[in-house]
Amino acid sequence: MEFSELIRTGRAEAFLLPGPGQSPVRGTLCITSHHLLLSAGHGSPSDLWLLLRNVDAVEKRAAGNSGTITLKCKDLNVLQLEIEGLEETLDIAGSIEALSSLESVTTSYPFFYRPQSLKLGEAEDLHPPDHFYQQVALETNGWRLSTVNRDFNVCASYPPALVVPRGIGDEVLARSARFRQGGRFPVLCYYHSINGTVMLRSSQPLQGANRRRCAEDEELLKAALALGGGRGLVLDTRSAQAVKQARITGGGTEAKAAYSGWKRLHRPLERGRPLQDSFVRLVEACTDPSLSMDRWLSRLDGCRWLTHVKEALTIACLAAQGMDREGVCILVHGAEGTDVTLLVTSLTQLILDPKCRTLRGFQSLLEREWIQAGHPFQQRCAHSAYAQGRPKHEAPIFLLFLDCVWQLSRQFPLSLEFGEGMLLALFEHAYASPFGTFLCNSEKERYLCEVKTKTHSLWSSLNQSKERKRLCNPIYSPNPLALWPSVEPQSLQLWAGLFLRWTRPPEPAQEAWEQLWKIVTEREVADPL
Amino acid sequence: MGKAGLVSEGRNEHQRGPRMLVENVRLMDRMSSKKPALGTLYLTASHVIFVENVPETRKETWILHSEISSIEKQATTAGGCPLLIRCKNFQVLHLVVPQERDCQDVYISLLRLARPVKYEELFCFSFNPKLDKEEREQGWTLVDLREEYKRMGTPNSYWHLSDVNRDYRVCDSYPTDVYVPRSATAHIIVGSSKFRSRRRFPALCYYCKDTNASICRSSQPLSGFSARCLEDEQMLQAIRRANPGSDFMYVVDTRPKLNAMANRAAGKGYENEDNYANIKFQFIGIENIHVMRSSLQKMLEVCELRSPSMSDFLWGLENSGWLKHIKAILDAGVFIAKAVAEEGTSVLVHCSDGWDRTAQVCSVASLLLDPHYRTLKGFMVLIEKDWISFGHKFHHRYGHLDGDPKEISPVIDQFLECVWQLTEQFPCAFEFNERFLVHIQHHIYSCQFGTFLCNSQKERRELRIQERTHSLWAHLWKNRADYLNPLFRADHSQARGTLRPPTSPCNFTYKFWSGMYNRFEKGMQPRQSVTDYLMAVKEETQQLEEELQVLEERLEKIHKIPLSDTPGNREPGAPQSKCPGLSASTPSVGNPAADSGGQPKSSPSRSPSQGDDDSALILTQENLKSSDPDLSANSDQESGVEDLSCRSPSGGECLPSEDSGKDPDPDEAVFLTA
Repeated sequence: MEFSELIRTGRAEAFLLPGPGQSPVRGTLCITSHHLLLSAGHGSPSDLWLLLRNVDAVEKRAAGNSGTITLKCKDLNVLQLEIEGLEETLDIAGSIEALSSLESVTTSYPFFYRPQSLKLGEAEDLHPPDHFYQQVALETNGWRLSTVNRDFNVCASYPPALVVPRGIGDEVLARSARFRQGGRFPVLCYYHSINGTVMLRSSQPLQGANRRRCAEDEELLKAALALGGGRGLVLDTRSAQAVKQARITGGGTEAKAAYSGWKRLHRPLERGRPLQDSFVRLVEACTDPSLSMDRWLSRLDGCRWLTHVKEALTIACLAAQGMDREGVCILVHGAEGTDVTLLVTSLTQLILDPKCRTLRGFQSLLEREWIQAGHPFQQRCAHSAYAQGRPKHEAPIFLLFLDCVWQLSRQFPLSLEFGEGMLLALFEHAYASPFGTFLCNSEKERYLCEVKTKTHSLWSSLNQSKERKRLCNPIYSPNPLALWPSVEPQSLQLWAGLFLRWTRPPEPAQEAWEQLWKIVTEREVADPL
Repeated sequence: MGKAGLVSEGRNEHQRGPRMLVENVRLMDRMSSKKPALGTLYLTASHVIFVENVPETRKETWILHSEISSIEKQATTAGGCPLLIRCKNFQVLHLVVPQERDCQDVYISLLRLARPVKYEELFCFSFNPKLDKEEREQGWTLVDLREEYKRMGTPNSYWHLSDVNRDYRVCDSYPTDVYVPRSATAHIIVGSSKFRSRRRFPALCYYCKDTNASICRSSQPLSGFSARCLEDEQMLQAIRRANPGSDFMYVVDTRPKLNAMANRAAGKGYENEDNYANIKFQFIGIENIHVMRSSLQKMLEVCELRSPSMSDFLWGLENSGWLKHIKAILDAGVFIAKAVAEEGTSVLVHCSDGWDRTAQVCSVASLLLDPHYRTLKGFMVLIEKDWISFGHKFHHRYGHLDGDPKEISPVIDQFLECVWQLTEQFPCAFEFNERFLVHIQHHIYSCQFGTFLCNSQKERRELRIQERTHSLWAHLWKNRADYLNPLFRADHSQARGTLRPPTSPCNFTYKFWSGMYNRFEKGMQPRQSVTDYLMAVKEETQQLEEELQVLEERLEKIHKIPLSDTPGNREPGAPQSKCPGLSASTPSVGNPAADSGGQPKSSPSRSPSQGDDDSALILTQENLKSSDPDLSANSDQESGVEDLSCRSPSGGECLPSEDSGKDPDPDEAVFLTA
């Protein structure tokens, strides 16, 4: 496919209206295959460089012989462009619409982006697939690295290497996989070295209406339980009612009788459409200028977003508490096991494991529990909050995770090595990025598209020292203890840095951040030792 | 140790009031189903004290009688008789007394103790922080309003200090020092005062040097439906003319229009634009004290909900209307600040009597306009000027003595919250931190200091407050290290000039202040304090720089020493001993958990001698460790230590998580119920 076919007009004179954090630009607008450029000429500092993939919705308005295009971006920014010429306006709007919604992965920008400061493939060793296993192996030899999925034949959404109980052979895994939706058999995702309890995740068992059982699946969970101390808890992220529904279509949950030692708890978490709607409504509320103070809080409540934050944190605390305090092994799953399951398992690790709270450790957690674990980023983040039309597979589960991490960082401001800037960057890149890290829905797809060899890794970019001031928390001091957040409504706040980022002046918060760095740097200068 | 100390203290005070001791009382944790603490309840002449039985900690909870807002005795159950003590600083003590009779006795005693009828019963008259007379008197001179008006640039050719209110002859709720336009003669002022509620005539509150515009304040005019007063009209004209750059002035009535109109029927009301030359009249619509009182009540009910859902909380908060009222006050301040700074137009502000909403709005506007009021000292001056001197009725509004409950209203609480909302929006603009605001709020109610006593300057003089009590400002100033905002920089753009909070859409910039209304629920607050951490870092930087300077000076000296000097022949006083101390006193900031030993230097106020006058601020001594000498020495009534867990990087870093690590709080992380 030729990009040029989609570009109906490449050039026009345009004026970018000022907004919070956006200075006005008047100059020549240019559409390329992946970018919108607006330059006042000769390397003016306020030039606009917009990745077209970042455009969520395009609105056009005509007025006489000119037009206005409103670009609503996936990072929630809204840009207004006044363009000379009616025809140009329509053509440019059409081009942006076409180019921003291209579905092909291999023609996306990451396959063309070649920054000078980075080398292709250098990030491959940053998060080696067996790194997690090596860490576990230092603590216990009860687990092994299985390559049963090396050709992605057992489970399309799993990575090739998985950690399973040592006593369980690959053929057992393969049979268990057939009993689990999408082949996602239970695998180890966290080893709590303080007391040896473990956390597993999977998809739902295919119990069906006639309550099928699978001996190998039972054997697998039994072996895991034996390694983790003998008491287990299945944390099903759906209500008991939803499980009943799922049985009709072949799904289900672990029957108590079949899995001795495992108890079960239903803690429903919102997902899919309702979660996407919640996100859309929240963004609407945050940008509604007509909303009065009398109605703001009920509107905020109506969005339900903070309720979802509260529930996600509550369940993660429940899982963490079970492991840390009660010595219980946890198996988390919902239906597919690729969405809220990962939200719970990754938050739990952040609460319990100080290693996950470092800059590298957090990246490694994301790589392992979201990217390699098969969270379908491409589907979930295809559109953000502004897109018109019915969402198909979109759901801001990853954003919900980032919000929960932000709440943790607010309650424990010294305990995370990364700052709000890191969470904002992750949000942006998950929805539109020049890097390949969040492309595709699974490791298999990434393998087929050769993402790892043909695109740059976000991690190597974020790890450059020039990014430190933006991403790192200057007042980080390692905290070896678990972080137990308060989930009372009084303790949770709307994430202003993200949801209000483009509607309030950015200077006060920026100055505070700079001052924070200054104080810490001054101390370092005073004591070079 | 706690018990013995208390009993002897009680004996000393025997003549001054009742003393009571009840054992085996349980203190319930309101927010969680944590096991209640068993201990002994003491009633002294001034405090309610609960001492836990746990021998290692003997954690103490102290409450001044004047802090109690209500006592509720609930129906006796098998476990005992529950007693709920609600405090004006938003602490709620839920006690269970084993015997109904004991509970009744405590209840009856507290009812009496919590409602003193004479000023002399208040704690400030017996509070003795062991300062000598001179120090105490100096404390009262810390805030000097004549100096403040001088700083603003008055007197000048337009404004002067009038002696018209000498001996409170014109208005008994105004101060004796009143600044008015030079052109306003005594005749005009007296005439105007007769046309204003409670004779509160227009007087200068803030003068802006840059624009010559001023903020004046008064009460409502007694205009009824048609009454006029020539002197009042002349008075306003004099104010307008004192600002030659502008040909009109604003008159801002902070009440809702309907309320103001209703007042006309009672012979009061508002200025008629036709009668006053060149005024622009504006209603702002802040509700009255009764609406505010009930709004706070509703919000506190929401704060007290046990494990509310997000919806319960948000709906409850919205229904209380509290944040809407806060926004209304701030909006009024923004309007006035804009008029003065940008339009260069003078403003006269009033409400009904001109001592509640007017005080709120004038002080918010001043704070937005003048960076001086955003400093520690300037903020004290602001409260002294706009609230204390202009006759805000502290005694009535905050129920210092038994009185009409309908007079009580959280007027200054709302002002403090407005300031907090601004500190959240402009983190670098204020020299003080949240703790400063919280402690001021606490002392407005505690009556430990004489600063906020009575309803007017006249009453305070009659009671000889300055001779008989201590000043809060001196106390806060002495401990100012605790109240600094490390992010403040006087040269920062936020700290200079007028603050301009965004006006629209800005609803979401108003947040629930959990650090105030839920401040005793420590689990709900951030577990680590950025402020304390940064203050410790700053202090350490300063110390390192000082040490570096000493070393440099020494190096210089060494260079000057003639070569013939043998190395062992050091000159006396050379800072040799400094060297080992240097390495010992530079703990790594990166690992604050390890430097708890180096802690004292970062919190000078923690030393026992200085801790003395903190006595009423106490409240819970959580995480009290017997190994800490400073703390275990604090057994007598005069030496409380407020919660330490959030005070220091090391404390903030470890204790709370450690605490929660040992003692799971089921509300935060629900227990397994499977």
